[in-house]
Amino acid sequence: MSGPSTYVPKSAIGRWFESRLPIMGLIHSSFVVYPTPRNLNYFWTFGGILSLMLGLQIITGIVLVMHYTPHVDYAFASVEHIMRDVNWGWLIRYAHANGASMFFIAVYIHMLRGLYYGSYKAPREVLWILGVIIFLLMMATAFMGYVLPWGQMSFWGATVITNLFSAIPLVGDAITIWLWGGYSVDNPTLNRFFSLHYLLPFMIAGVVILHVWALHVTGQNNPTGVEVKDVKRDTLPFTPYATVKDGFAMVVFLAFFSWFIFYVPNYLGHADNYIPANPLVTPPHIVPEWYFLPFYAILRAIPDKLGGVIAMFGAIAVLAFLPWLDTSRVRSAAFRPVYRVFFWVFVICCIGLGYLGAMPAEGGYVIASQILTFYYFAFFLLVMPLLGLFETPKPLPASIADSVLMRGGGGSAMATGAASAPETK
Amino acid sequence: MRAKDERSAAAAAGRLGQDLGVIVAEATTVEPTRRDFLYITTAAMGAVGAGAVAWPLISQMSPDASTLALASTEVDLSALAEGSSMTVKWRGKPVFVRHRTKKEIEEAAATPIAQLPDPQADAQRVKKPEFLVVIGVCTHLGCVPLGQQGDYHGWFCPCHGSHYDTSGRIRKGPAPKNLEVPSYSFIADTKIKIG
Amino acid sequence: MIKTKFSLLALGFAALVAAAPAQAAGGGKTPERQNWSFAGPFGSFDRAQLQRGFQVYREVCASCHGLQRIAFRNLSDPGGPMFSEAQVKALAAEYKVKDGPNDAGEMYERPGRASDRFPSPFPNEIAAAAALGAVPPDFSVLAKARSYSRGFPLFLIDALPIPGGAYQEHGVDYIVSLLNGYSKPDDPNWNDYFPGNKIGMANPLGDGVVEYTDGSPKTARQYAADVAALMMWTAEPKLEERKQTGLRVMAFLLVFAGLLYYTKKKVWADAH
Repeated sequence: MSGPSTYVPKSAIGRWFESRLPIMGLIHSSFVVYPTPRNLNYFWTFGGILSLMLGLQIITGIVLVMHYTPHVDYAFASVEHIMRDVNWGWLIRYAHANGASMFFIAVYIHMLRGLYYGSYKAPREVLWILGVIIFLLMMATAFMGYVLPWGQMSFWGATVITNLFSAIPLVGDAITIWLWGGYSVDNPTLNRFFSLHYLLPFMIAGVVILHVWALHVTGQNNPTGVEVKDVKRDTLPFTPYATVKDGFAMVVFLAFFSWFIFYVPNYLGHADNYIPANPLVTPPHIVPEWYFLPFYAILRAIPDKLGGVIAMFGAIAVLAFLPWLDTSRVRSAAFRPVYRVFFWVFVICCIGLGYLGAMPAEGGYVIASQILTFYYFAFFLLVMPLLGLFETPKPLPASIADSVLMRGGGGSAMATGAASAPETK
Repeated sequence: MRAKDERSAAAAAGRLGQDLGVIVAEATTVEPTRRDFLYITTAAMGAVGAGAVAWPLISQMSPDASTLALASTEVDLSALAEGSSMTVKWRGKPVFVRHRTKKEIEEAAATPIAQLPDPQADAQRVKKPEFLVVIGVCTHLGCVPLGQQGDYHGWFCPCHGSHYDTSGRIRKGPAPKNLEVPSYSFIADTKIKIG
Repeated sequence: MIKTKFSLLALGFAALVAAAPAQAAGGGKTPERQNWSFAGPFGSFDRAQLQRGFQVYREVCASCHGLQRIAFRNLSDPGGPMFSEAQVKALAAEYKVKDGPNDAGEMYERPGRASDRFPSPFPNEIAAAAALGAVPPDFSVLAKARSYSRGFPLFLIDALPIPGGAYQEHGVDYIVSLLNGYSKPDDPNWNDYFPGNKIGMANPLGDGVVEYTDGSPKTARQYAADVAALMMWTAEPKLEERKQTGLRVMAFLLVFAGLLYYTKKKVWADAH
């Protein structure tokens, strides 16, 4: 995806076609000869896994639409119809519902990998920002998808989240009514959410293409954070090395995914969503799907309506500014002993926020949420800018090839992690 | 991996396969090795897996359990006077039930079979001569024919001008086949079960 | 080491949702976990139990609780109570089903057919509330619509492929406990397990109220377990198909992963 290809097909038909539409060359340069750093560890397989998940979600989603009815009187019944009457309907619906969670598990690992190894730093700023846009689109898609079964959590989740916009001064109420297409979440809301839920994944796919394009321009980061210096020594062609490794990781991930589909399909869902939506009865605790819980906790940590909403959206928006917030000259946390500690505390902080997001908003839970929210923002707005100025990084390897040769040495957690993988010879 | 294996007998298709960057093709040497066996097994397994994933996605489009359960319908014919017809819906399509007059039955029975585009005796098309049951879908392109019209006093399809006789057989026009007789049975003297 | 950290992290994220209890309202005891034939990766329904459960439903529950998403034909489906088709036809014919409009444009009632769904005891929820004071929930998906909080760290174990894990029977356990939870004879609306303890439904079961013909104990506890099992089936009619398919899928994926692992090792062996 970066520049003209030197690929020449072997067959006459291939050459004829290639001179008219060089798509084989594009595939060849992007997914066959594309040089990948030879020291990538398994965290670099999540990009492929995410592409797979996007594909699976789109396919199962298109299939579900063949049986689903976006109407307040029929939505719940049509989902049950899928579960009971449609051939393999139960499998397709459970795959789609759990697929959303798997998508988020993969994307969170993918993002934390980027955060750990400094993949957002120059020259990969645009690549990273495109990723943040994908994440935003994913969240919007997942939220609207959760509304479609029209259960109690669908309805009340939609009510709570759309009401966030009423916090906007002056025009908030007007915007909320515009979003609803009425005076509450109702049939028009369900219809537009359905329409957008169908549209957004294709927009995600479009941004993913840009994301991959940007990746192929700058090349991949790697566990050392040292740029490729000698393509011959430092890299391996994408096919077969990365393809087979990604394939293996995908199948392992699919096995994990299948466990949820076949044995605990409702574990990640909420029982209340099997109660048809009732606009007159609010469930005792409205909780979003697990992947939104950390952000939900941040929302509730701020005791002011507008402030909470700003904090929640700010928690996502701040990610886009990472390339400029991080002042460190070293990319990889493997060579940043102090940052590494802050990073793991940040991870624990996110899990903690997730836990608190599921707890009732009262007493100690609120205070804990406030502390963790403070750390969440401090990590990006204080630690990243300041630490880069004070921290003394460990010596970097001269090249990727050198780092592979000194396996087991260095003693840094990341170098160990990378070298302990038998394939990174 | 970069070693180019020149298989002299490789066909154009094989080369196209290599163009596509198929690992298996690139890895294949003249003598099959244990490594090739592993690669081929893995690739085959992947193909099987892809097929297994595709199957539910294809199968979900066939009629679901609730549709199949509605595949038969019962019709009471006791109120159907001689010389009149009724239309019932079965599997989303119209089914014509006609209580034929003596004259219509005779007309249908007397037709020389050899003249017909789709030769079939009237007796083969009815369970009881007085009741004709046919699917009301023109065998040309699926329109619904009009009753008691056309040159043969049976049905006439307004879409492209097919004429059916009192046994629902095609007599004139572009339709290739007689009106289809659904599978049905008499569960009582004047009650049929279609499907 | 980093890998384990990351996988713990992933697990932690995955598990967070279960910290979102469905029935967290105070005042209800934690339901007791039951032994179910359909629990776990190899679970399957006990046909006789489902048939008994259906008998309890018809004789005790059906006057108030609907089963609107279930068709009579489902009773003979594989993976369910598996009544014979003749039994299902005869049963369906005992119900009056609204149909129409007829030639005069009027709705009419006719005997049920196997393809019909169970008619609900009330025309709508408002009618039910007017007659009973509260809306009796439909039974179709109730077993999945009820749950209870397991708390940390049990909710994590519930997801795992270990003995005691893969727990998906929160709903039926709650239902059984609820049916056995009428502990105050002088207060028919007191229930130990109902959130808030004040339940609209007085104890519907008592020893001997349903005549079993297969020799099973005619006790309220047995009735409760049987009807709960039935409700698990109505909520998850494809449970057996799901678990059996899962077994094949997991076996395939493990073998495939193994092959890919060795393929990858072979391919990477070239990377010197």
